[in-house]
Amino acid sequence: MTGKVPGTELRSCAKSSTSREGSGGAQLRNSVPGTSRKLDVNQIRADFPALHQEAHGRPLVYLDNAATTQKPRQVINAVTHFYEHDCANVHRGVHLLSQRATVAYESARTKIKSHLGAADSREIVFTRGTTEAVNLVASSFVRPRIKPGDEILITGMEHHSNIVPWQMLCEATGAVLKVVPITDTGELELDRYAELLSDRTRIVGVVHVSNALGTVNPVKEMIEMAHARGIPVLVDGAQAVPHGAVNVRDLDCDFYAFSGHKAYGPTGIGALYGKREHLLEMPPYQGGGDMILSVSWDETLYAEPPHRFEAGTPNIEGAIGLAAALDYLENLGPDAVAAHEAELLDAATAAVLAVPGIRLIGAAKHRAGALSFVMDGVHPHDIGTILDSEGVAIRAGHHCAQPVMQRFNISATVRASFGVYNTMDEVQRLAEGLHKVKEVFG
Amino acid sequence: MSDMRELYQEVILDHNKQPRNCYVMDCANRSADGHNPLCGDTVKVYLRIEDGVIEEISFQGAGCAICTASTSLMTESVTGKSVEDAKGLFDEFHDMLTGVAEEQGLELGKLQVFEGVREYPVRVKCATLAWHTLNAAMNSENEKVTTE
Repeated sequence: MTGKVPGTELRSCAKSSTSREGSGGAQLRNSVPGTSRKLDVNQIRADFPALHQEAHGRPLVYLDNAATTQKPRQVINAVTHFYEHDCANVHRGVHLLSQRATVAYESARTKIKSHLGAADSREIVFTRGTTEAVNLVASSFVRPRIKPGDEILITGMEHHSNIVPWQMLCEATGAVLKVVPITDTGELELDRYAELLSDRTRIVGVVHVSNALGTVNPVKEMIEMAHARGIPVLVDGAQAVPHGAVNVRDLDCDFYAFSGHKAYGPTGIGALYGKREHLLEMPPYQGGGDMILSVSWDETLYAEPPHRFEAGTPNIEGAIGLAAALDYLENLGPDAVAAHEAELLDAATAAVLAVPGIRLIGAAKHRAGALSFVMDGVHPHDIGTILDSEGVAIRAGHHCAQPVMQRFNISATVRASFGVYNTMDEVQRLAEGLHKVKEVFG
Repeated sequence: MSDMRELYQEVILDHNKQPRNCYVMDCANRSADGHNPLCGDTVKVYLRIEDGVIEEISFQGAGCAICTASTSLMTESVTGKSVEDAKGLFDEFHDMLTGVAEEQGLELGKLQVFEGVREYPVRVKCATLAWHTLNAAMNSENEKVTTE
């Protein structure tokens, strides 16, 4: 019922032969000269069935990758294979299919471990995504140790998923939420961060890469600063994992959360990395089947981590699909992915700024994945509709980061976000679409 | 591109650029706030209703061109109308946008410029936010509505 499935470690080692674990990448990089091979984008595009369609009579240009990415054939096939061959429940069957399902599920855990550079697959908890991972940490790690007047420190750049769970916790416990401000260019004010770290800070929550601004935050440095005062740190890596190498041991973060669907995997699956010493201390998050050792009217014993935090039948096919997605990214090479997307981002920034009346929101020195902007006199929603009519899919809105919008005195931005399959031609199509917007609105 | 001209007709672009009746009404006896969670746009509608007739209407806020123009044109359309007639107009407007009413548009007049929005289901809420808010204001005082 609980614990490790014998043989999973061995199996996954063989499976993760393409892993780049130990390649040294801790901070997300825009490019690493000399170490990256170039992506074969045509080859990559051939792997993504959904890209090959028209939108409003034009070839689809998908630039909403920060919301969710398209899925490669390899991921779709992995999920299909599970349903066609191995479909059974995990951890409890003595029959062949259940054993295969269990091995596949636990191998996926080991894949995530190696992808994030964790030491032990028992440090990986499957969740529905980043949101559930943050809620899990708030409920099971922070809540038992927080008192009225204690502080939770997050940043002004967080997605709602790394704000609201903390607001709820503060409301329930009398703790106080503190926020690191953002500069005009969309970077964190590190001096203020240093000042805000206090003897009462019980946890720091920080986004690795901002979904609304594209800013890559200096999380390693921020973790060091927090640890110097004995404060644990949770990193929201939802927008970091798809865009380059992440190594949780090098970062030395206490928790790291990410979502599968933003990294070419299925929706409804994600993971929380937590240091083993923390997970061992934490009470269960939800109660139910699969998270127990034994249940009786007198006493119920909980399973060891990570299964303690995975109540109920898990998202088995999601985990399998996520492992296939991480395999896919590893085969491309996280550094090559980062270099490719940095090129696109640079080109898009230049192309967008060449359109009169456009202002970037967030112009941090170190950005990844996303480009956010506004246009004088035209609401982002109208830009979104006109771009859509040109076959260009972008996101217009507050990107679930309303405090970021408030910081810049706007209600919404246009966000173009890039993935491994995007091309320079598509950047050009974005620019042409923006010129059309100018034509319509005069 | 021609589709876009159909959606963003001159009247809409004009009302977006220069919205009519866009001010805070001090003597309002009804008002309501509307909110579109999809885009974060908000609109406040002020009413002065006397003897069941909308004597004066104004608004503050709004957002995208569809939303702003729809709010502006709505204020022009319902001024001087009875509450009952304004509700009837909302029903008709709503039906036009959701495709229920085919080839009707009996009293819609200028509001027919929004017919093109029907082709953009995610934008229907932009065009109807003001009307939902007006409805809330007419029904009771100081309500907050959303398009959800």
